[in-house]
Amino acid sequence: MKIDLPRFKTSDVVDFVIVGSGAAGGILAKELSTNGFSVVVLEQGPYLHEKDFSHDEIKVLQEDLLTNHPKLQPNTFRKTPQDKAKPQRALVYGRAVGGTSNHFTANFWRFHEIDFKERSKIGQVAGSTLADWPISYADLEPYYTKVEWQVGVSGLAGASPFDPPRSKPYPMPPLPVKSNGVIFERAARKLGWNPFPAPMAILSQPRAGRSACVNCGFCLAFGCEVGAKSSSLASMIPLAERSGKCEIRPNSYVHKIEIDDRGRASGAVYFDEKKNVHLQRAKAVILSANGAETPRLLLLSASSKFPNGLANSSGYVGKNLMFNTGAVSVGVFEEQTNDYKGYAVSRILHDFYELDAQKVGFYGGGGLDARFDLTPIGFGIGGLPPGTPRWGKDFKAALAHNWTRTFEIFGHGTSLPVENNSFSVDPDVKDAWGLPALRLTYKDHPDDLKLAHWLAARSMELLDAANAKQKWTFPIDEQQFGVHLLGTCRMGDDPKTSVINSDHQTHDVKNLFLCDGSSLVTSGRGQPTMTIMALAFRASDRIIALAKRGELSA
Amino acid sequence: MITELDRRKFLSRGMAALGATWTAAHWPAVVAAAEHAHHSALFPEDQKWEFFTPAEAKEIAALASCIIPSDGTPGAREAGVVYFIDRALVTFAIDDQKTYRQGLPEIQKRLHELFPEAASFSTVTPEQQETVLASLDEAGAKIAPRRPRGNFRPSPAAQPLFEVLRVHTIAGFLIDPETDRKGNRGGVGWALIGREPGHSFQPPFSAIDRDYPGWHPATSVTAATKDADKK
Repeated sequence: MKIDLPRFKTSDVVDFVIVGSGAAGGILAKELSTNGFSVVVLEQGPYLHEKDFSHDEIKVLQEDLLTNHPKLQPNTFRKTPQDKAKPQRALVYGRAVGGTSNHFTANFWRFHEIDFKERSKIGQVAGSTLADWPISYADLEPYYTKVEWQVGVSGLAGASPFDPPRSKPYPMPPLPVKSNGVIFERAARKLGWNPFPAPMAILSQPRAGRSACVNCGFCLAFGCEVGAKSSSLASMIPLAERSGKCEIRPNSYVHKIEIDDRGRASGAVYFDEKKNVHLQRAKAVILSANGAETPRLLLLSASSKFPNGLANSSGYVGKNLMFNTGAVSVGVFEEQTNDYKGYAVSRILHDFYELDAQKVGFYGGGGLDARFDLTPIGFGIGGLPPGTPRWGKDFKAALAHNWTRTFEIFGHGTSLPVENNSFSVDPDVKDAWGLPALRLTYKDHPDDLKLAHWLAARSMELLDAANAKQKWTFPIDEQQFGVHLLGTCRMGDDPKTSVINSDHQTHDVKNLFLCDGSSLVTSGRGQPTMTIMALAFRASDRIIALAKRGELSA
Repeated sequence: MITELDRRKFLSRGMAALGATWTAAHWPAVVAAAEHAHHSALFPEDQKWEFFTPAEAKEIAALASCIIPSDGTPGAREAGVVYFIDRALVTFAIDDQKTYRQGLPEIQKRLHELFPEAASFSTVTPEQQETVLASLDEAGAKIAPRRPRGNFRPSPAAQPLFEVLRVHTIAGFLIDPETDRKGNRGGVGWALIGREPGHSFQPPFSAIDRDYPGWHPATSVTAATKDADKK
């Protein structure tokens, strides 16, 4: 079928301009365009296709084929607002049509009920702005199901005794078990824990014209050449384009939201590939630019009407950033497991999802998975046990022996929101377009570090129970770098302590919506993309309802 | 000089580690690839270097070979690591040119401190080479391993040549051989670590998942959290 892709003029007042085409932007584009609205998606990165993806570790990991460019887009970092930030790479995000969903590992855990109302249950946590969501798990449940069926998630309903209620089973069975999954499952059961098949946003069966997983082993950081990984690019963008109402405009770097005399959003100002500036006019604007670029864009859009940044009357734009806590322990086994074959994770457990703070002495919770997400070069550089010679014949012998016998237990957990942890704009450093660079301020809440150590201890117990010949935990330090960019324009009912309401509408600008990792109020237990996608489906419904009631027009 | 006999020996020894079935299936390709790599590793006089001078290339090849030696199985030399690094320094690692240009004379200096009679790193005995490398890697034993994450570019801060060269040697040995990076010639790096060639696999992935009976719920749900909390 030949599709006539619409091309809008920048002077056309389209119904919606969406900034960003990732996990949230792709879904919003599909939902709004298939409901009859005209949509222009402005994506700062290129429009790559499956044929452009590569297993070249240099091209992907060093030349940033799919991600933000540290040279063109420098970052700075500081631990506290009292420090002067220094140039340092602070984050990685997807910079191509499909966004970060192109290169994620595809762990798709739903949040549980507790994630939405933890503040009420445990009370205030010192040093944290922990808050309840204005919506509940039940509000989001239909949209989790929508993600599973429309975007494509493989899994086994009812396999975990800790799973929240669901209205429908998964549309596909779990992917084939990996050897590390078998070992993980046996060891966890020995310890009395409850391992189960991991829900993954990877097709275990052909579906909607997409191939099932071919087990190439290059998930984390890489794009999927066969469309089995359920990125926005593979699942949603084609449907948006097929609607005939949506234009995906790549290489379009938005740096300002245009505001009219009445204080309403009237379009987005962007650089094209040649750095020419354009204004795309629209009736309403949606930012899905990720938890770093969405707040940066609001701060860059400061004006006399909005001196602290657009939609920032709360002062919370960019704040309460959460990266998720993580700890990685590694085991080397006697038998070959060949875990380089296949997707990353086949078994997980949620026994520690909700720890009792009174008993463990800190707030938090998380999950464990078994994985081998290292690619050959990364493994050669940093995947051998501590104390292994770093060169020479013994180094080489360890490389030869360990590659097929190594896997990791990854502990994923909560990050507490801390007001000072933030993305803001650097006063000195500029990007290649002359715009202020992203500045990261971050210092883990002490409870997050305690949780990381606690999860690592469970991982080491598990490796013991699995008879690992060697085992170690990578050092647990305060984080200075993130990939989960959460909480920076949080949702809430009170305009004083939140940036958007439960319809994703900014409290300050009626026709400006934010939907991406920045919307999250809590961090979940380490796998946020499923929830970002569910929020995007829900936001689409809310925005369509508002538009149909005429509440977005003048 | 590697003789024909030595080469046959290293091929057969190296393959023994890989398992009979895999070896049988891939033997002709592996032999052809290794012969190609061997030939290419011999520094043809007309080799056009993109960054190195021929003399520098010889030194880098010797250093890389010390990091991943050819000790019965193919190493950095057979994988053509020096060609990978030569191209790297005019492409993705262009920022490291200075490190190489300034670092090589320093290594030469270290060589002379340790062995005043020596002409160059590439012409001393393997034992002497190892002594030099060990002296350059004094800090190495103390470096705690970091989890490789995304970008593995050596830190932008000034690094001694040894650290950069170690990373580049590993990258040149283990890069996907289907790329045009000129590394991992003939796939010898992947063959050594036991990564089968190709980009599509089917389960079972090993004997462990082959014998897996399928997922079944545990007989009873344990309140594991409570137990774990006591620890």
